[in-house]
Amino acid sequence: MRTSWLIAIFVLLAAAVPTLLFSGYHLFQMTMVVVYGVAILGLAILTGINGQISLGHGAFYAIGAYTTAILMSSWDVPYWATLPVSAVVCATVGFLVGLPALRLGGLYLALTTFALAVAIPQILKHKLFEDWTGGVQGLVIDKPEAPFGLPLSADQWLYLFTLAVGAFLYVLAINLTHGRIGRAMRAVRDHPVAAEAMGVNLAMLKTRTFAVSAMYTGVAGSLGAIAVAFVAPDSFSVFLSITFFVGLVAGGAASIGGTIVGGVFIEFVPNLADLVSKAAPGAVYGVILIAMMFLMPQGAGGFIAMIWRRLARQSGS
Amino acid sequence: MEGFIHQIISGIATGGIYASVALALVMIYQATHHVNFAQGEMATFSTYITLVLIQLGLPYWVAFIGAFSISFVIGVLIERVLMRPVANAPVLTSVGVFIGLLLIVNSMTGWVFDYTIKQFPSPFPDKALFGGFVSGHELGSTGVTLSVLILVYLFFRHTRLGLAMRAAAFNPVSSRLVGVRVGWMLALGWGLAAAIGSVAGCMVAPVVFLDPNMMSGILLYAFAGALLGGIDSPLGAVLGGFMVGIIENLGGAYIVGTELKLTLALVIIITVLTLKPSGLMGRKVYSRV
Repeated sequence: MRTSWLIAIFVLLAAAVPTLLFSGYHLFQMTMVVVYGVAILGLAILTGINGQISLGHGAFYAIGAYTTAILMSSWDVPYWATLPVSAVVCATVGFLVGLPALRLGGLYLALTTFALAVAIPQILKHKLFEDWTGGVQGLVIDKPEAPFGLPLSADQWLYLFTLAVGAFLYVLAINLTHGRIGRAMRAVRDHPVAAEAMGVNLAMLKTRTFAVSAMYTGVAGSLGAIAVAFVAPDSFSVFLSITFFVGLVAGGAASIGGTIVGGVFIEFVPNLADLVSKAAPGAVYGVILIAMMFLMPQGAGGFIAMIWRRLARQSGS
Repeated sequence: MEGFIHQIISGIATGGIYASVALALVMIYQATHHVNFAQGEMATFSTYITLVLIQLGLPYWVAFIGAFSISFVIGVLIERVLMRPVANAPVLTSVGVFIGLLLIVNSMTGWVFDYTIKQFPSPFPDKALFGGFVSGHELGSTGVTLSVLILVYLFFRHTRLGLAMRAAAFNPVSSRLVGVRVGWMLALGWGLAAAIGSVAGCMVAPVVFLDPNMMSGILLYAFAGALLGGIDSPLGAVLGGFMVGIIENLGGAYIVGTELKLTLALVIIITVLTLKPSGLMGRKVYSRV
């Protein structure tokens, strides 16, 4: 147990190193990697571990982002204080969406969440909420400065802040999925009838998992909004939801560590592909998605875990 | 009152397009129990093919038939190359492959044909008929979609091939035993679905204009229509498509306004799935545990 804590602390320190090495834009990209990692983590808890497919997590990301932006611009709430609010809001919305979702098998849930993802920009633009959401123009929020007079630039502070929140969320997720509840989630994925016979309350567990998953992605949305300092309806199109799904598959659906790989993937691959042509990111996503499904269904996370197990076996014997 | 009737008629016209796409979805669902998320993008691609053929100087209907056939071939190829290996894979895998296909077709369309919004010609005269209640294109496109739907019905009902395809979808194992080539029947079904999609694309493009994301909203309404009618019932899907068209037009005109039309589709989907998941005409599915 103690070595695993040491590893965790070491990883965290290593992750903090870019603060000193990188500047401006690269640091922002690293921040977004953490943000996307957390967003995909939410999806991984739902899809990978509990077996419910969502193609609409961009909607929860959008709700989180808007919660933060509205609180900051309309009520002058400090940026860090918006995170718990956003977590509660997104968990509630996730719970409500999860209620009908219970009655839907895998494919129908994918369909419903897909519809949610397509519809969300329209809802955000609607004139009923325009006073809060700023309509089509969206909202601009202030970028936080480093507190207590620390000698850090805004970008550096933002990265460290996001990293700290992200690390906290990852530790929570690891504990959640390795305990009794995590086992129940996996049991529901692999054999719902057997799980129910063992005393798992299917309905409650699935809805709660949906709520937790929406909360993670929502908090990621909040962090993303703070980092970008701007929210607008059209940045939360259905393509965002698909991007998360691609990141999830690339990293490996049921792997917690893989979500970081997924975050790196969806932050950097589009930038690289954009150099080729405007159409390239979509094409690259599509090809990689299909290639992963055919060749490496466990994703990068599953691949690394396999190698890890092999090494462990060799060193053990 | 006149406005109301007009809304219903144009609802039927758009409903015909949803009905065709819904039928294409249901055909693939019945045969493979997969929902083709790429159906809309495939139809958009076919519509571009039609436009290219027209620009090459072919008459409209020749280009229309040409694109119909090309789409058929593309559909068959996709089934044989991409879908065959994942036929029995878990849902996550098939959804992944379909989303991948959606992304590839979408960006290919943008890459080959450019992202600018294009006008698409309508083969029907542009004038109001029957005292202004219906435009020439609305009447014509309803006629075309209806005749396609009837042809598909006749094909499945009254030809040997149609019977074989239904058998392959209904019970693959027994069909194989009596000599039906199940694999090819699935491929044909895919081809037919893609071809029907091309018709829907050509009929809707003059109204909404042609761009690579043209069908994403339409796909959503088609989903709603297919679910409303029952995802395993072709007739139900067609009726559901028409109903969604009417609901969308009336709702857009009188209740929610045009900005929330897509949300209406979401509401229909959620309502159907929570209240009557089998749809109006679908079979209830029981499973033994």
